[in-house]
Amino acid sequence: MSNDFKNATTTKVRSDFSLIADWVMPGARVLDLGCSDGNLLAYLRRSRQATGYGIEISIEGVKASIANRVNVLQRDLEGGLADFSDGSFDCVILSQTLQAMHRLEALIESMLRVGREAIVTFPNFGHWSHRWQILRGRMPVSESLPYQWYNTPNIHLCTVQDFDYFLTKRGYRILARQVLADDEPVTFLPNVFGQLALYRFKKGDS
Amino acid sequence: MVSPLATRMDGVAHSVGAVTPQCARFTTPLPLACSATLDSFELAYETYGTLNSERSNAVLICHALNASHHVAGYYEDEPDNVGWWDNMVGPGKPLDTTRFFVVSVNNLGSCFGSSGPVSINPATGQPWGADFPLVTVEDWVDAQARLADYLGVSRWAAVMGGSLGGMQTLCWAIRYPMRLMHGLVIASAPKLSAENIAFNEVARQAILSDPDFFDGHYARYDTRPRRGLRVARMLGHITYLSGEQMEEKFGRQLREGLKFSFAPEFQIESYLRHQGEKFAGYFDANTYLRITKALDYFDPAAAHNGDLTKAMEDARCAFLVISFTTDWRFPSERSREIVRALIDNRRDVSYAEIDAPNGHDAFLHDDVQYHATVRTYYDRIAADLSEREATS
Repeated sequence: MSNDFKNATTTKVRSDFSLIADWVMPGARVLDLGCSDGNLLAYLRRSRQATGYGIEISIEGVKASIANRVNVLQRDLEGGLADFSDGSFDCVILSQTLQAMHRLEALIESMLRVGREAIVTFPNFGHWSHRWQILRGRMPVSESLPYQWYNTPNIHLCTVQDFDYFLTKRGYRILARQVLADDEPVTFLPNVFGQLALYRFKKGDS
Repeated sequence: MVSPLATRMDGVAHSVGAVTPQCARFTTPLPLACSATLDSFELAYETYGTLNSERSNAVLICHALNASHHVAGYYEDEPDNVGWWDNMVGPGKPLDTTRFFVVSVNNLGSCFGSSGPVSINPATGQPWGADFPLVTVEDWVDAQARLADYLGVSRWAAVMGGSLGGMQTLCWAIRYPMRLMHGLVIASAPKLSAENIAFNEVARQAILSDPDFFDGHYARYDTRPRRGLRVARMLGHITYLSGEQMEEKFGRQLREGLKFSFAPEFQIESYLRHQGEKFAGYFDANTYLRITKALDYFDPAAAHNGDLTKAMEDARCAFLVISFTTDWRFPSERSREIVRALIDNRRDVSYAEIDAPNGHDAFLHDDVQYHATVRTYYDRIAADLSEREATS
């Protein structure tokens, strides 16, 4: 498989899959934005009998998703979600893709237009190793953010605290939050020790 | 000819080899959309591969405007007459004939062996000519369903087609939802745009205004409207290519320099004339008129106030929809209309937009990513079939 359809981050095991599955109701209609090889949707189909679609920009990801028996639609997420009717999904997932999106605010807004709930996961830029590398004068490079400053697709890096603030300011209601390090939940200083953040949220008025 | 077994062992794609066209005759009257009835009709077809004992591995290929049932392989007496989708269908090819039983059929009203303007009208003993009724995509699909009955195929593993063939696939899904498991709709559209119809009308006018057309009864005068056919094909050909590809291939290249005459001077002129000439030599004008009309008329949403979602409501099969970035005849947006209607109906659908330079014709080329996508989809269908076989 070529490197083309790697997400903006690479993780050997998608430790977030089982946590996401806990947040997906059995039989739910799911839309996975930036579904890559379709592994998450295939996992949700097996574990939660979930159905739905993945959106993927690369043809390598499209082929891998088809091989995974996942419904996949090739298109650029930056074009928005106009193909989907209001409230047509129980849950819209943006898994480790947020940091590479240009029109992020609009995307999150449309996620909650087409879906009742949103699940967003991203690498925590506030992790101590990133802070330490910046203190030493270099842009951070880590397992969760493996790129150099000059070739990174990641343009919207944020910390757990940043995302908390963003959701609150927009009036979104956080239903659940989980921060992981080495696949284990982090409760002590999550913005310092957490590598991966997972949020489940909905519109504040719903 | 290479045996299927050898193919499986070396993993290399081959031709299906020499093939023989067949003809099925149907004597149960076929009611047509135009309210005429064909009392009897014939369909020319070819098959490749073997129908399995469960009769579950049959795939139907629907052809576009000027093609025929000769999809793959070649004829013993015409080794250069290679099927029009030979790069797609064969042992080890994306649609692998060692796993699937592939059926291709010449549509009603065409001129390659099925009942149409050049065949004999049983009522008169003369060629139908202009008297052959105008047939629609729905009529074609109804006739194809008769062929499926005749071959003992109650449900296709897949129906597949490009361009107008994709429209037939859509029509199958709507009209016979329980008779197909998968639909592959490639470089197609849910209906023609005004611009598409405009191009068709200019092509028809070229034929209709040819002095040799004789209201479609040219056979009686022992002639054919070759000039009209030539122009129709030249026009059509422009719409099949991308401007970019035409620029790259021909640019402003001259044959022998400017001569201040109307003889073909630019390479593109002589290319189009050659294509037109070739086409006028083998295609029938009454057929061209009818097939372009069938294209114009196809609009499954029309019966539902233009609501394609409603029109696709009865479809049950899973879909693979493919478009090509440089296709301006049926641009990707047209395929996305189909995808949207399927999503609204919560149907299984995957969609790929292939980055290919060849315009509308891209669906006939062997682009690596395009073929890999189709191959992956058929691999999945084949895996489903063998799973079902194992559990039954």
